Amino acid sequence: MTIQEIQEEIISDFSVMGSWEDKYEYIIQLGKELPLIAEEYKTPDNLIKGCQSRVWLHTELKDGKLFFTGDSDAVITKGLVSLMIYVLSGHTPQEIATSDIYFINAIGLSSHLSPTRSNGLLSMLKQMKLYSIAYQAKINQQ
Amino acid sequence: MEHIANITTGLDIAQIRKDFPILQQQVHGKPLVYFDNGATTQKPQVVIDAEARYYEEYNSNVHRGVHHLSQVATDAYEKARHIVAGYINAAHSHEIIFTKGTTDGINLVANTMSRRFLKAGDSVIISSMEHHSNIVPWQIACEEAGATLKVIPITEKGELRMDVYESMLDDTVKMVAVTYVSNTLGTVNPVQDIIALAHARNIPVLIDAAQAIQHISIDVQALQPDFLVFSGHKIYGPTGTGVLYGTTEWLNKLPPYQGGGDMIKTVTFAKTIYNELPYKFEAGTPNIAGSIALGTAIEYLQQIGLPEIQQREEALMAYAMQELRKIDGIRFIGDAKNRSGVISFLVHNIHPFDMGELLDQQGIAVRTGHHCTEPLMDLFQVPGTVRASLTFYNTKEEIDKLVAGVKRAASMLL
Repeated sequence: MTIQEIQEEIISDFSVMGSWEDKYEYIIQLGKELPLIAEEYKTPDNLIKGCQSRVWLHTELKDGKLFFTGDSDAVITKGLVSLMIYVLSGHTPQEIATSDIYFINAIGLSSHLSPTRSNGLLSMLKQMKLYSIAYQAKINQQ
Repeated sequence: MEHIANITTGLDIAQIRKDFPILQQQVHGKPLVYFDNGATTQKPQVVIDAEARYYEEYNSNVHRGVHHLSQVATDAYEKARHIVAGYINAAHSHEIIFTKGTTDGINLVANTMSRRFLKAGDSVIISSMEHHSNIVPWQIACEEAGATLKVIPITEKGELRMDVYESMLDDTVKMVAVTYVSNTLGTVNPVQDIIALAHARNIPVLIDAAQAIQHISIDVQALQPDFLVFSGHKIYGPTGTGVLYGTTEWLNKLPPYQGGGDMIKTVTFAKTIYNELPYKFEAGTPNIAGSIALGTAIEYLQQIGLPEIQQREEALMAYAMQELRKIDGIRFIGDAKNRSGVISFLVHNIHPFDMGELLDQQGIAVRTGHHCTEPLMDLFQVPGTVRASLTFYNTKEEIDKLVAGVKRAASMLL
């Protein structure tokens, strides 16, 4: 699936959830299920520090595609990290760098991407895009 | 249930709540429950009106024009100073300096104090429970002077180790700066003793009253701090307003902080003669509308009656503690005997951000995070806390909603 198709799938999943409880229970579940990032990758370099919760992000390039793993000390943030990884992981740096991420707004969680929220999610998205641009530049040089 | 009865003081809370337009609104489709009063309090309509009236009817610069409007504005601005002086029982109105807020006031004192009175080998005492704004200005001052910053430790309950404080007071100490009420723990510190012990050695004391001024009656002539600072927005006034109280003696001894208009008597390129108090410390056009509205906020408080407010807040606090204690897995960060305003807690191992997020969805506003007291969070080894801070317009029903909201969030997160 393309990045856009995955986002559409998430939006469709969320559209059937009636109450805020359903929405958050789903996100919390995703957070609990997110495969743990290997302890060795929980380095200060991989830490995206928000004011409220901390987010770790590890990036790997395999066969021309970027793969992300991540973690957070807050479970709701972790659920959102999980969604972001689900959308962006496994695509080429070019696709990630040029992607338009709109699902967060569409599922009614736009406040999580405001800079004042400082939960690390916005910083994480920026970091993912920066990595993909850096990897793209590296690929172009080869 | 005895506390519930106590909450019924002489105050007509339903009527009082109508004075605060913001309290009538809904958040996420639920009536707003506002428990973030420690961050900022809501404003009564009279304060909003006072600020608007200045711009509508007599906007003009103060202390400058001979024309009518300037005179009206100056009178209103100086009346506000007078109201503040009366509220804390300052001996003179000129001991009230209008600032941008608590942070501004502390920076003013730390900066001017260190320029004139702090040198290498000296030290400044603060406490472990200070807000960053009563840490960083002193750190900067000490670094520049080559002085040392010393920190009074606290107990596990979040109370100051007064025995250690006493032993810290030696000849190197040039300043003591401590908070009256901790913004994170709610601890009310024994400021009377802190000041008396320092004064016995001729050491001046600054009291950060940001979390005290709206809850506790303060008489500066009885308490005798050399400096006392607070923010207008935490006492039902506008943001960007604040007060530095200083004794005439100290304010005269300190050099000016910022240079500019209004703080001068005469200026030539060779030499400037500074204005007298309080104008010496109010360079530039001040927040005229804000300071006037701050005066209105204090008058509003005085009309309701601080003793009545204090009595109600103590009853609400006792009820909140009693009900929160019943929540499975709750632990309080700071459990001081003498407390005011704020309750910090964690439930099981739930991250404060997650708790805050799910409370928000239920229309309940609390603060989560480190509350600008990172060293304190390190001390308690927590990433942050959930902080509910209450004030007299809160109700028992709102506390019940908070308790139910915390339980609901915990059941979703665990």
